[in-house]
Amino acid sequence: MQVRFESVHKTYRRRDGIEVPALAGVDLAVASSEFVSLVGPSGCGKSTLLLIAAGLIPPSSGRVVFEGDAGGRPRTAVVFQEFALFPWRTVLDNVAFGLEVRGVGRAERLERAAALVRQVGLSGFESRYPYELSGGMRQRVGIARALCVDPAVLLMDEPLSALDAQTRQLLQEDILRLWEATRKTVLYVTHNIQEAVFLSDRVVVMSRRPGRVREVLPVPFPRPRTEALLADPEFGRFCHRIWSSLKEEARAALEETHGDGSPA
Amino acid sequence: MATEVRRDVVVLEARAERAEGGWGPAVRAASLAGVVAAWELAARLGGIPSVFLPPPTAVAAELLGMATGGELWRSLQASLVRIVLGFLVGTGVGVVVGTLAAVSPLAEAVVDPLIAATYPIPKIALLPLLVLWLGIGEASKVAVIAIGAFFPVAVGAMAGIRGTDPQLVRAAVSLGASPFQVVTKVRLPAALPVMFAGFRLAAGMSLLLVVSAEMIAAAEGIGFTILHAGDLMQTPKLLAAIVVLSALGVLSTWGLQALERRVVRGRAH
Ligand SMILES: Nc1ncnc2c1ncn2[C@@H]1O[C@H](COP(=O)(O)OP(=O)(O)OP(=O)(O)O)[C@@H](O)[C@H]1O
Ligand SMILES: [Mg+2]
Repeated sequence: MQVRFESVHKTYRRRDGIEVPALAGVDLAVASSEFVSLVGPSGCGKSTLLLIAAGLIPPSSGRVVFEGDAGGRPRTAVVFQEFALFPWRTVLDNVAFGLEVRGVGRAERLERAAALVRQVGLSGFESRYPYELSGGMRQRVGIARALCVDPAVLLMDEPLSALDAQTRQLLQEDILRLWEATRKTVLYVTHNIQEAVFLSDRVVVMSRRPGRVREVLPVPFPRPRTEALLADPEFGRFCHRIWSSLKEEARAALEETHGDGSPA
Repeated sequence: MATEVRRDVVVLEARAERAEGGWGPAVRAASLAGVVAAWELAARLGGIPSVFLPPPTAVAAELLGMATGGELWRSLQASLVRIVLGFLVGTGVGVVVGTLAAVSPLAEAVVDPLIAATYPIPKIALLPLLVLWLGIGEASKVAVIAIGAFFPVAVGAMAGIRGTDPQLVRAAVSLGASPFQVVTKVRLPAALPVMFAGFRLAAGMSLLLVVSAEMIAAAEGIGFTILHAGDLMQTPKLLAAIVVLSALGVLSTWGLQALERRVVRGRAH
């Protein structure tokens, strides 16, 4: 499934009536089975773009076009930074939630959920509740829950930001492995440039708010990738190249924030 | 000047830790037993007339007599039927109204001002009006209890449902949940702990109102027994009925806690 953002604008209207432009004309095409990362200064509208793609909020103007045969599958599923697991459901019931609300019978959905729980390495934890799990395990549940509905496009909003560095590294590799197994179209938001480069086919650098696409960089490293890539000097140079692009925007965003006193 | 080198050595070693629960059941039981014993002594040795303060043993004897004579069960049954009916009707309507008001802006606009205006009324003040409408029989007493139980639950349901983490709602919608499923599968379960706080308040309110209502207009029930015993200066009976009320309050709290532990899942209790 291919996703095309065509001149997507979004302006939030706050409760006090003030309009906050978050996105100002995003044009971007994500090819079928492509893994694309979005990086950009804080507050530039990355989450907004993902929510629009997920159909959770409408764009103010412009449109998002999904092209390709979904084969009856849901278009999108989202993995959230704060996991957003249902605390009163067990791991298995969290993962099965999407199938449950779509009317899939109990036996079938639990079987499919169990297979995903296994795939993300949580065998044995099926009947635990989220509060009994570590952050890394919780996000594995979040990923399994999104994959369980077999979405055509997977949207991930800083899925690893709430985790410590080591857990993060492990989960990056798991995400890579899962993606290689499923070849889903993925749109992945992160603040971590290494992570973006390590995972992606292309990295999209967004401008400061209101967000636009500033630059799109194809990642030159072949797949399958391993941890060894992280030690490659070429990898470091490429990350640095993205950081230089991002730095100008981030600095300008920071100065604007201090300038007019409005929150980022 | 000589340099003095001071070396402080601090060693933290394993030590016994007091159990999480603090003072154990022995002290709790002793606290209750101590008060009862002091009461017994004061009543027997303090020269307090039995009409003012009969000893606990006399109250216990009276309670036993009421139990064997059947009076206890008759008044308990009368009160319990009113409490249970009123509680079920009030909390049931409270959950439904609170849920509707929390999920529908129209229902909220209709219900909010009504609740704001009627919540502060001491519910017992409505009893004469209810008697006028429903007669002096059971219906008016059940109704006043239902009204009393309604408010804490309606308000609790509203607060709990509105307070649902918006991320959970987003997650559910993104996974394909319909607006109705968002309510039944996300908002209501998320609101359960707050609703249970409402249920506990409603149970206390039911007890308060059943006694008040029975004191005003009833021919049997715990409240009636208390009032009647007071009129006849049967102090042991009066106190026996109060002990029964205390037991009812404790039991309803325990029952609701047990239910909450079964129903509210996935949180460290
Ligand atoms: N519901 C809302 N109402 C008003 N303004 C909003 C709302 N949601 C987001 N914004 C504003 O829109 C802008 C973009 O927000 P968004 O969350 O998409 O940024 P982001 O790139 O994901 O930021 P971060 O990197 O910090 O997660 C921000 O300035 C934010 O304050
Ligand atoms: Mg964000």
